[in-house]
Amino acid sequence: MTRHDDRVDISRRAFIVNGALVVAFATMAPARLLAQKVDTLGTVILAPNLPGSLKSNPFLDAWIKIDDSGITVCTGKVELGTGVRTAMLQIAAEQLSVRPALITLVTADTARTPDEGYTAGSHSMADGGTALFNAAAQVRFLLLTAASSRLGVPVSRLTAKDGEIRADDGRKVTYAEAVKDIQLHRQADATSPAVDPKTFTLIGTSLPRVDIPGKVTGGAAYVQDMRLPGMLHARVVRPPLPGARLKQLDVTAVEKLPGVVRVVVDGDFIGVLADDEWRAIVAARALTRAAGWTAAPALPGYAGIHAALRTLPAKVYPTASRSTAPVSTKPAFTCTHTKQYVQHGSIGPSCAVAQLADGTMTVWTHTQGVYPLRGGLAEMLGVPLDKVHCIHVEGSGCYGHNGADDVAADAALLARAVPGQPVRVQWMRDQEQLWEPYGPAMATDLKATLDDAGNLRDWNFALWSTPHNERIVNAGRLAPATLLAKPFVSAPPVPIPNPEGDADRNAVPPYRIPNLDVTMNFVPEMPFRTSAMRSLGAHINVVSIETTVDELARSVGQDPVDFRIRHLDDPRAVEVIRTAAREFGWPYRGTDDRKAAGFAFSRYKNIMGYFAIAVEVAYDPDTNAVRLLRAVAAIDCGQIVNPDGARNQIEGGILQSTSWTLYEAVDFDEIQVHSNDWSGYPIMRFSQVPDEVSVHIVDRPGLPFLGAAEIAQGPTAAAVTIALSRVMGSPLRDLPLMRHAPFGRT
Amino acid sequence: MKRRTVLLAASGVLCAVAFAIMWRPSLRETTGTPIPADAATIARGARVVAQGDCIVCHTAREGTSYAGGYGLKTPFGTIYSTNITPDAATGIGRWSVDAFRRALRHGVSRDGHFLYPAFPYVHYTRMADADIDDAYAFLMSRRPVDAPPRKNELPLLFRLRPSLAFWNLLFLKSGAVPAGRGVVERGRYLAEGAGHCASCHTPLDFIGGEEHGKPYDGATVDGWDAPPLNRLDSATRPWTQGQLVDYLSTGVASEHGAAAGPMRPVVDNLSKLPRADVEAIASYVLSLQKPRGVRNDTPVNPSMPAGYAEGASLFAGGCAGCHEPSAPMMAMEGRPSLDMATSIHADTPRNAIQTIVNGIGLPDEPGVSVYMPSFDDALSNRDIANLLVYLRVRFGKKEPWRATNKIIEEVGKDGSAPP
Amino acid sequence: MIELRVNGVLHQVEAGPETPLLYVLRNDLRMNGAKFGCGMGQCGACTVIVQGKPVFSCVTPLSSIGAREVVTIEGLGTLAHPSPLQASFIAHQAAQCGYCISGMIMRAQALLAANPHPDEATIREHMEPNLCRCGTHMRILAAIRVVAAGEHA
Repeated sequence: MTRHDDRVDISRRAFIVNGALVVAFATMAPARLLAQKVDTLGTVILAPNLPGSLKSNPFLDAWIKIDDSGITVCTGKVELGTGVRTAMLQIAAEQLSVRPALITLVTADTARTPDEGYTAGSHSMADGGTALFNAAAQVRFLLLTAASSRLGVPVSRLTAKDGEIRADDGRKVTYAEAVKDIQLHRQADATSPAVDPKTFTLIGTSLPRVDIPGKVTGGAAYVQDMRLPGMLHARVVRPPLPGARLKQLDVTAVEKLPGVVRVVVDGDFIGVLADDEWRAIVAARALTRAAGWTAAPALPGYAGIHAALRTLPAKVYPTASRSTAPVSTKPAFTCTHTKQYVQHGSIGPSCAVAQLADGTMTVWTHTQGVYPLRGGLAEMLGVPLDKVHCIHVEGSGCYGHNGADDVAADAALLARAVPGQPVRVQWMRDQEQLWEPYGPAMATDLKATLDDAGNLRDWNFALWSTPHNERIVNAGRLAPATLLAKPFVSAPPVPIPNPEGDADRNAVPPYRIPNLDVTMNFVPEMPFRTSAMRSLGAHINVVSIETTVDELARSVGQDPVDFRIRHLDDPRAVEVIRTAAREFGWPYRGTDDRKAAGFAFSRYKNIMGYFAIAVEVAYDPDTNAVRLLRAVAAIDCGQIVNPDGARNQIEGGILQSTSWTLYEAVDFDEIQVHSNDWSGYPIMRFSQVPDEVSVHIVDRPGLPFLGAAEIAQGPTAAAVTIALSRVMGSPLRDLPLMRHAPFGRT
Repeated sequence: MKRRTVLLAASGVLCAVAFAIMWRPSLRETTGTPIPADAATIARGARVVAQGDCIVCHTAREGTSYAGGYGLKTPFGTIYSTNITPDAATGIGRWSVDAFRRALRHGVSRDGHFLYPAFPYVHYTRMADADIDDAYAFLMSRRPVDAPPRKNELPLLFRLRPSLAFWNLLFLKSGAVPAGRGVVERGRYLAEGAGHCASCHTPLDFIGGEEHGKPYDGATVDGWDAPPLNRLDSATRPWTQGQLVDYLSTGVASEHGAAAGPMRPVVDNLSKLPRADVEAIASYVLSLQKPRGVRNDTPVNPSMPAGYAEGASLFAGGCAGCHEPSAPMMAMEGRPSLDMATSIHADTPRNAIQTIVNGIGLPDEPGVSVYMPSFDDALSNRDIANLLVYLRVRFGKKEPWRATNKIIEEVGKDGSAPP
Repeated sequence: MIELRVNGVLHQVEAGPETPLLYVLRNDLRMNGAKFGCGMGQCGACTVIVQGKPVFSCVTPLSSIGAREVVTIEGLGTLAHPSPLQASFIAHQAAQCGYCISGMIMRAQALLAANPHPDEATIREHMEPNLCRCGTHMRILAAIRVVAAGEHA
């Protein structure tokens, strides 16, 4: 929600003059077209010829440190529940020829690890994994070279294993000794010593995840589990809606409650610190009662959101355009799809611990990007970058930009009030669901024609959306900073450029189409703050594309799978489609008129992992009950590092996308958001879980890592939509597909 | 001799009369292939079937819709509902429309056996032929399901179905109510007929018939109080048409509370009806009000009765997150405050206990809903009793209920969901 | 001071009688397993076993526990000696972010203790109160199913 606020300190919005952007924050390029100097995750490209994240962190010792205490591997990527920690360990151990147990792995920490921007967009393996893969190989080669000099034997007569390099005559040099002869603070080479993937003993194996045993036995695994000496517990009290302003608040009674250490009120920002968590909650309840707020600006309402989206001022971005054949004279197929706002909906509300000590603000956070967060916090606190230290500690799964950064700002603001003392803040359930940035509502219009031979000829696709990338490029992107008496203002939204795309991610069909026009209408003024949620616009874009392809294929009597294959030139795409179809048993031969199947395909962002899926659904017209019975998927994510980990991610993606697609929508009217808990924002429960989900991997040893975490979202949604449309007998075009009338309202 | 003849003749007559009372012919089977009805008829039938809540009792838990097998707990034993899908062997696939009408009007199955009055034919008999025929068309358009009837769990005495004929003499007044004009009359037709509201909201006598002279005086059903429908006007906050329509069509009345217990599925069904139907039912129900008695609403001065302090503590830890005025559910969702809740003001604590013990369940399909967890395993019976003292005094501004322990034990014991 | 027996150990707890068990376990007893998820009994992340029954510790006041035995995931097994159910969750790699998993295991444990061989429908119905957002349900079910079938991992 944009604030029209006369209290805004002009000096704090130096980057906006007369509405035009003149100074960009830190690492963010001001416009989409200039964005090639930074990558899509917000890091500066220093060495464009290097593989993966070495582009932005070219020095080897940023990644790997070896000394007498052992091997330390650093990654700027973080564990979000995807198993990335284990996969990184596998890669580093493989290329350094050591057992994983010999490596100390450090994940994102602004004092210790490379800046890899955000852990997002299925980039971890592709960027971070690739960087480690090459850095480790180069370090190993340097160690071998050093050992070769020490021992006076050629590298070909040396074997590196578990921290030792042995010559064939039995003499040995440890890595720690060899490293003394070389300089790891050197820029990586563009190419690494070649390794035959057939020799891999770790990459390609399902090494059990290193974090799971602790998580199932009550180990301290999350930032929520941190207990620092003298730590205070805090809760914040937020306005009932963004845009509501504090009218009155008398804190005297709350300050006298047992255990209350301090009540912090700064503009519309309210927090309470106590010596105990439950006492903090009780005090926050009392503060909630004591606070009076002005009404927030009216919302467009659930039913009106898509009309609003189409009428709000939009920047038009031409995503893709080509014209290589005469326009078809056949009648056009047209359709409009919509999607409602969705929530990341972490099971554990966002949490952070902060401590101001010796002039440095240290923040333990489950952010996806410690470096961008550090920038935002430093600006908010008015201190230099080096006075803020962000350390990643795992949180509950986030699936994108949720409340992690905001709660870190809450913790920093509250810790500033009690120098020396650590402060733990966790949001309450309603705060998580009302204040996380939502996945945007969207609308799409599609018009397509076939030629006389039944091939795709013309394709016109337009979409409307608010931003998918309101990441922390300035303090104003942190919700608490916008509530202060001297508020910060969010930097103007800039969409992620193609080919990755923003709302237009996967808006260009992967199929051979002679004439094509794809346009993104980017709406920066938004009823709600929106930002990145797993797969961004690909969710509805793939639904729009794949349902259309399905209907067009059937309109000319063709099997939708054959139709897709006929329009594809990429053999890897064809192979995953054939694999999914074969394993599912396509074409579907079910005879029960209450069951149907659907098939969909996409290659994530058209440059990353391939994903094809067939699903079978059941529908009961008497009860409106829908069940996903069976899902069979095939993936090609290049070289697979950990097959079971990839499968786990895909299974989760299929179930989560099914939940989004069938049930999920932020419920709101003109004055209030109602989805402030799980009864107002229902998601899949066990009774909706399918009977069977299987994932088939097309492994590509030796080919680049492509990432898996987000690739299931779009195609799963499309396959479910197609199957349900078929069993219900009419095309479904509005997400979520099964919205039951809200209980308690008409 | 003569006397003997008279006796014989008399017993002969009695037998004949008894036979006439107790015997019903089997009606001819149809071929089992129903004649498809037109879409408009089926749509009208769907509405009638929703008005009648048929799906609620004719669907087992986790079972197929209309295939029966749901266990109705009665004071006499458990009666399982029958399969009313058009399956020829196990459902009503071979029933003619005449057989269907006879069942609804007279409580007799196609083959001539008497149906138990758990099937509310004493109300369905009030329905117009056209509505019955539409309902038949709708049910015949459902998918046939092979689901053999489940055996009732009744003592021998009650397995003698012909004796039901005498029950019918007492309680069944066959025949449609003439559909009058006006909203209230339309409501009467729906409530007395298909809606069969009185089945739960009228006290039953010792043989399970609705007590004469006490229509809508309230009763106990499945361990829940089905409140009197003729005292809505005497509530602490008298029910209004708007509140009642909200309650019946959405499950929540902002000044009274949310539908729970056996009423919840009823509301789920009513929510599918055109609003006009629900408005008519509400108008009729509000027309039933008895004159307000002298209201004894003088607020009690909470003198901290025994259990109050313990109850307050339990409330703060277990309930306040949702039920304190500062809770998001209250402040943002406008959920009824407990000081308005019908269950807190009720004469007995039964529904409050039921709600605490069993909670309010999740909807069958994910949808925005009212939900409350069960506290059965979290709280002891004594905790619940203390909590009730606190709730009653703080929110109800009334003296604590008496004899709560007996009901707590009873609800805790068989508060489990029906089979 | 209130006495509280957790995982076989009797504790003297200073927290007020109204304090939900969750905060007592996490803060007074410094245990990590039970998690705050919603504070309203809607998600099950805080599930622990009280006297054999799974309860939402976030809405269970300390005073209501009395002499009843509380079992948390810390009481099932350890890193070195996980319980059969914990071992099965590890074997099935039945976690993504893992935040919900302690609650899942405790709810399942309560079922298996009362009914060692539940069928699939019973397992699913029993697990209904607990939410997982990562979509790990297939693996959670598989992990429980194996223990229910007596094929300990």
